[in-house]
Amino acid sequence: MTTVYEKSKMLTDAPMSYCPGCTHGIIHKLVAESISELGVEGRTVGVAPVGCSVMAYNFFACDMVQAPHGRAPAVATGLARALPEGVIFTYQGDGDLAAIGTAETVHAASRGENIVIIFVNNAIYGMTGGQMAPTTLPGQVTQTSPYGRDVKTAGYPIRICEMLATLDGTAYAERVSVNTVPNIRKAKKAIKKAFENQIAGRGFSIVEVLSTCPTNWGLTPVEALKWLEENMTPYYPLGVYKDITAEEGK
Amino acid sequence: MANRVTVNEQICKGCGLCTSVCPKKIMVINRDKLNAKGYNPATVIEIEKCIACAMCAIMCPDSAIKVEKE
Amino acid sequence: MAERILMKGNEAIAEAAIRAGCRHFFGYPITPQTEVSAYLAKRMPKVGGCFLQAESEVAAINMVLGAAAAGVRVMTSSSSPGISLKSEGISYIIGSDLPCVILNIQRGGPGLGGIQPSQADYNQATKAPGHGDAHVMVFAPSTVQEMVTCIFDMFDLSEQYRVPAMLLGDGLLGQMMEPVEFPDVKVTPAEKPWASNGHQNKREHNVVNSLYLQPDQLEAKNIERFERYAQIQANETRAEAFETEDCDVLVVAYGASSRIARSAVMNARAQGLKVGLLRPITLWPFPQKELLEASKTAKDILVVEMSMGQMVDDVKLALECSKPVHFFGHTGGIIPTPAEVLEQLKTIAGGAAK
Repeated sequence: MTTVYEKSKMLTDAPMSYCPGCTHGIIHKLVAESISELGVEGRTVGVAPVGCSVMAYNFFACDMVQAPHGRAPAVATGLARALPEGVIFTYQGDGDLAAIGTAETVHAASRGENIVIIFVNNAIYGMTGGQMAPTTLPGQVTQTSPYGRDVKTAGYPIRICEMLATLDGTAYAERVSVNTVPNIRKAKKAIKKAFENQIAGRGFSIVEVLSTCPTNWGLTPVEALKWLEENMTPYYPLGVYKDITAEEGK
Repeated sequence: MANRVTVNEQICKGCGLCTSVCPKKIMVINRDKLNAKGYNPATVIEIEKCIACAMCAIMCPDSAIKVEKE
Repeated sequence: MAERILMKGNEAIAEAAIRAGCRHFFGYPITPQTEVSAYLAKRMPKVGGCFLQAESEVAAINMVLGAAAAGVRVMTSSSSPGISLKSEGISYIIGSDLPCVILNIQRGGPGLGGIQPSQADYNQATKAPGHGDAHVMVFAPSTVQEMVTCIFDMFDLSEQYRVPAMLLGDGLLGQMMEPVEFPDVKVTPAEKPWASNGHQNKREHNVVNSLYLQPDQLEAKNIERFERYAQIQANETRAEAFETEDCDVLVVAYGASSRIARSAVMNARAQGLKVGLLRPITLWPFPQKELLEASKTAKDILVVEMSMGQMVDDVKLALECSKPVHFFGHTGGIIPTPAEVLEQLKTIAGGAAK
């Protein structure tokens, strides 16, 4: 018998603490598999955020550092500057990256820090019980937008990939999704490419992964995959927003 | 000899994502079983129909599924 | 013989850090310490180190966290409002048991305050550098030379105990120019088996972390950390006593204030007053034993600070309020003069004589 699919060695034995059907687990697998396939787990250091994935340090089998809320790109900068041979990544949610951590995100990109940012966008704050995020959609009901997000008082969602693509320091920005198996395969390609970029010293790469939050969206895991397709992808189109390797190829 | 799909029933959270992607519709939630955490784990029925596409395993957030091809 | 050079305080600290093996500095401009960044921006690249001007003091302290987690000697520098910004990061660094060096070249506060020197961050540094049961070692040198030798010790001690070390300076010390000799010592950074620097497939993966959701685990962590604090208290407390053996009035002052107080004490002695000076060099741990020893014969204590009075409370506590403790100070950036302190001493000593 040949193994077609088994758990990545870059994931620990610890059972994941995410809700049933939460796509964090899928994204963890893609990151773990990419690092493992590139053979760099020995020199990888990951930065865990504050949010549902705060305990990512328990699930990845590489060295990890837990960062204050939003500060992962700055912590990653310190690691990257201290470990020239290191492969440094952050794993952040929408509050961590797009609210409290916007400055750190923008400046790490603008400096072209040689790191990978995995941005998990599920349009809500999961860990603290379902509050509005900077990426919550207009009209979306959350605990702190109980009548639906009103753009007149709460403003508009932020499209991170589009924003970071305007910076010269950004080498690669792609938005993907993990709500279907074909999308998962494309997401893995993007994540692996981001790590390849870093190993080649190409600078700042970000992969924004549209994700579900069944618990706080009030949907079953399978319904949540559909909700993402119907509501999130129109506002956050999938695709490559910047890729210096494509430009180099021209 | 059939392909083999092993579900780690103690890790499975019964989320159902695997059941929604199996092209042969042979992955189901076993409502008659409870694991130690109180979830109904997924299970394969009619394994002989399995084509080892591994879509179930790819979808599983908890890496609870191992797929082997004969 | 080592060379003596005339150097500005801020620049001397920066050079000392380089000589102490620091190759990573993350900072942000703020008066009156910007020279630290400016000097290192030129010097770090020359020694193959990393100077990075971060986007904020918040980002800088988090870069320090990352580099410290990777096991390298790292420093950041700021002044009062910037140190407030670093509070969260400092708490995380303490909770993650990471070594690092932090400079606070104090200015007038609170808020945007002023840009002249002050000592009004004493409480912040010694009581609450960050939230939680959290301490950093606090050093208060009083000359440019002492700042230099302090920096070497701070990197060593911070690694030895896995506790951050803060140099509580002020704008006076940062801006003044004095002759300096750099110690010719071999620098040996400690081994850091706990660092997250890539396991190279040779060991278990390391996690640098301050999150412990199980209360008994978190309590155990805190208790263990306080055991290290007790060792620091026992082994690393520093103070300097000047003319205290027979003093009637003991002045307690640190940093720039201690220089002013020393002049006043010398003038007072010349006028026949029996006064002495205890100069704490570590503010945390507070030199309680040294204070009790120095105040043995004193009937009154005078604390001199460039603030509304912060260390004065620790002096009262250390003495268990057993003697009258007076306070004299200026704040807002005003520097007390030796003449003013002498007046205070005469008043107190005069009162005691009655």
